[in-house]
Amino acid sequence: MTEITEVPSPFCGIGTDDLSVQVDGLALKVTANGCAVNTPAFEQAITDTRPRVDGKEVSLDVAAKKAAVLLKDTKLPVIGGCATDVNGMRALLALADRSGAVVDNMNFSAARNNLLALQDSGWMNTTLAEVKNRCDLLLVVGTDLEAFAPRFFERYIWNPDAMFVDDTANRQVIYLGKAPSGTASTSPNGRAAKVLTCNDAELPEVIAVLRALVKGRPLQADSVGGIAVAELQMIADQLKAARYSVVTWAAGALGFRQAELTVQTLSEMIKELNTTTRCSGLPLGGREGDQTANQVCGWTTGYPARTRFSRGYPEYDPYLNDANALIDSGEADALVWVHAFNAKAVPPIDHMPTIVIGRSGMAFAKEPDVFIPVGTPGIDHAGHAYRMDNVVAIRLKKLRDSGLPSTADALNAIENALREMTV
Amino acid sequence: MMIKLTGGTVYDPAAGIDGKKQDIYIQDGRIVKKPAKDVPIDKEYDLKGKVVMSGAIDMHTHIGGGKGNIARTLLPEDHRQDPVARTECTRSGCGHAMPSTFVTGYRYAEMGYTAGFEPAVLPVNARQAHMEMGDIPILDKGGYVMLGSDDYLLRMLTAKKDQKAVNDYVAWTINAAKAIGVKVVNPGGINAFKFNQRKLDLDEQNSHYGVTPRQILQTLATAVKELGVSHPLHVHGCNLGVPGNMETTLNTIEGIGGLPLHLTHIQFHSYGTEGDFKFSSGAAQIAEAVNKHKNITIDVGQILFGQTVTASGDNMRQHANHKHASPNKWVTMDIECDAGCGVVPFKYRDQNFVNALQWAIGLETFLLVDDPWRIFLTTDHPNGAPFTSYPHLIRLLMDKSFRNDMLATIHPEAQKMTTLGSIDREYTLNEIAIMTRAGAAKLIGLHDRGGLSPGNWADITVYTENADREKMFEKPDYVFKDGDLVVRDGKVIATKWGTTHVVKPDFDPSVEKGLKDYFDRYLTMKLGNFKISDDEITEDGRGSITAHPLKRLA
Repeated sequence: MTEITEVPSPFCGIGTDDLSVQVDGLALKVTANGCAVNTPAFEQAITDTRPRVDGKEVSLDVAAKKAAVLLKDTKLPVIGGCATDVNGMRALLALADRSGAVVDNMNFSAARNNLLALQDSGWMNTTLAEVKNRCDLLLVVGTDLEAFAPRFFERYIWNPDAMFVDDTANRQVIYLGKAPSGTASTSPNGRAAKVLTCNDAELPEVIAVLRALVKGRPLQADSVGGIAVAELQMIADQLKAARYSVVTWAAGALGFRQAELTVQTLSEMIKELNTTTRCSGLPLGGREGDQTANQVCGWTTGYPARTRFSRGYPEYDPYLNDANALIDSGEADALVWVHAFNAKAVPPIDHMPTIVIGRSGMAFAKEPDVFIPVGTPGIDHAGHAYRMDNVVAIRLKKLRDSGLPSTADALNAIENALREMTV
Repeated sequence: MMIKLTGGTVYDPAAGIDGKKQDIYIQDGRIVKKPAKDVPIDKEYDLKGKVVMSGAIDMHTHIGGGKGNIARTLLPEDHRQDPVARTECTRSGCGHAMPSTFVTGYRYAEMGYTAGFEPAVLPVNARQAHMEMGDIPILDKGGYVMLGSDDYLLRMLTAKKDQKAVNDYVAWTINAAKAIGVKVVNPGGINAFKFNQRKLDLDEQNSHYGVTPRQILQTLATAVKELGVSHPLHVHGCNLGVPGNMETTLNTIEGIGGLPLHLTHIQFHSYGTEGDFKFSSGAAQIAEAVNKHKNITIDVGQILFGQTVTASGDNMRQHANHKHASPNKWVTMDIECDAGCGVVPFKYRDQNFVNALQWAIGLETFLLVDDPWRIFLTTDHPNGAPFTSYPHLIRLLMDKSFRNDMLATIHPEAQKMTTLGSIDREYTLNEIAIMTRAGAAKLIGLHDRGGLSPGNWADITVYTENADREKMFEKPDYVFKDGDLVVRDGKVIATKWGTTHVVKPDFDPSVEKGLKDYFDRYLTMKLGNFKISDDEITEDGRGSITAHPLKRLA
């Protein structure tokens, strides 16, 4: 039995890399700095160890050949999930290029709320170490932050030492939209966060009013979405008075139509605040490889991870290339599902040829044509994953010797088999 | 396998060869001496009438790292103008302003380039830079690691740590980030922007640390020299793009006291304030200072007209310039108490006075600096123009009448404000080979690249002589990378993977004590997880690391 320290997590998105994990054969136990997201993700046992074709155990070679046969004469295969490490994404994109597939990250519709705003007008953002050392006011919009990342406050807001904040306990935290589900946002000296709630559907209007107040525009209304305009005026004043405020949101938590316009309103408000002081956005995300998918697809194709190769070159469309839509419409004629992190993240359908490259332990309503259980990056093999703030790639460690292939091993084997079949 | 390149006209400034007919032999990836008579030639290329140079080296090009990927994500409409389909031997992708990684490798190779160096590797983003460059085929690559706005260094300067302590930190960072040089961007300015300062002159203090850009330059330039790193401190100076900034640049050159310094994209730092528009060329004064100070090298950062995107670590200046964004969207980031970045799309227009004069200032600089070993051909890709415009730029330098024809088409007031039309100089093939090959290899410290004498790696480009230099340089007949033919008639016919060039200066391991405490208290990553290991570059079986020797210190 060994204990490995300073273990980075690919699961929570905020780049925690201080976990201690006890390794006993194939069994893992998080012994320090676990949380509700990371601990179960690390401790999940390995059940499947061998690839299967039609439910029967086979070698990786046989499974890869079968997968290639299924892909060979397809018109529009879809590669969904796209939840893996950098090398896994590299192999995934190589296979997509060869097979003319559509690549679609399973969390893309959430990330789209950010990407559409970025691609239309841009933003001013920051990263976690800047938050940890500079933030004097945190505005959390429409998101239950501690449910998303349980250790966010402990690591980045109530950190005992900050280079440019005299006493981090004096940091102000404001929730706008959703209330926090716990008390992680309460400061070490007992001061609870200010919370102004509204329905999701009313958040766009509330944010629009806040931006108008930051710009000093006159408003006739007294309240919006049940929140007094005077309260929003106070937030606007606090943002203007802060030295380094940070506005954070999780794109996936903005569960209303055209949420990208709200992200854009926030981002434009942040730009406007920067005419006199500093303020930055901090979009939350990066769990289970979604940021990794967009980054690697970004440098490989120029576009984020909702891109098709069916005409021989990459084409990005944030709506038309939605895997679920292509499956529902019958345009897709085969599915490759890639998810190396979460055994519960099973493919969305079972009525077309389906190849699953998945974390060991996936339970299927209907056995896929091919299932290749793969190792989890950061547990079974080394790798790289992106954090939510997009700049920092963390180096994932190999913790145990499970013998499971990596996502890249499995997808490279399929691509090689496909190449041999088509030359 | 013995390959013979027969009868080409060779330009190899590294060996002092200026247009001489000679044969070249290649074996096991390297150039070798003429073999004994009984050694069979396995493959022969008849190069009579062809021009032979070593593979070109771009010593400053933004090809890897987070800001480039932000630029890509920001501009889907630009990619859609230039889709690149896969072929039997190449991957699909996109081109134009910020091409995809695979297309970057192919298009550089198709112009005869075999190496490119990313000049702005943030230590905390170095992994991404190497991963992106790891997906650039054919080219060798490397990076200059960015320091000077990181809080750790500024804390050291405020605490008056001695030069030795700084040297250890710089050497440690070079090793941790797997770099071959050190860059400073708007020295201390990226940091000052986080404290809401909007400009920082050479002798202006950071409001928190009290440290000036001049101190940072002096300290880092000394560190790089004392560590024996070949490439001098790579400097993106203060006040980029600001009218009148040539005074800052001249002051930087004069004030560094003879220490080696490379001033990058100097065109953006060569502006005066004369004329009706209070914007004028400072190229003559800058060139005079460069000619006089032999410790100074420069690259130009030429702008060329059209759509591009600017991606820089200098978020202070990028924020100030965001109102020029075209299309009107832009990104800035503060990054990890380490640095920052700013991405602003730009469309340089020949009928815009400022843009037109920027174009002329870059060309004046090229033509007024005497020593081609101390000036390098760059557009600061993609900031001044995409790298694919190099053949056009070479023609502007080599062909006076073409240059003057172009000059006659730009904004008329800009024509009046430049001396370009009166400059007769035309670059020779030998000078082009110096700027883009031998000089670049010497500057970076690549000891077996950039030349064609036996012992060098066989990175070789073969052109057909053509009076239209743009046509000549945009379509080489052959390009060899490490002895393998990768391009024929300007098209990639085979691909392979280049190496990553690094230096590994020594440091006192006790430097990690202070760093570990700092990482644990203030940063978001453990020190051990921050350092990039060799296997991160080599483990996928494609990458390799080539460490170059340090300069012996006197």
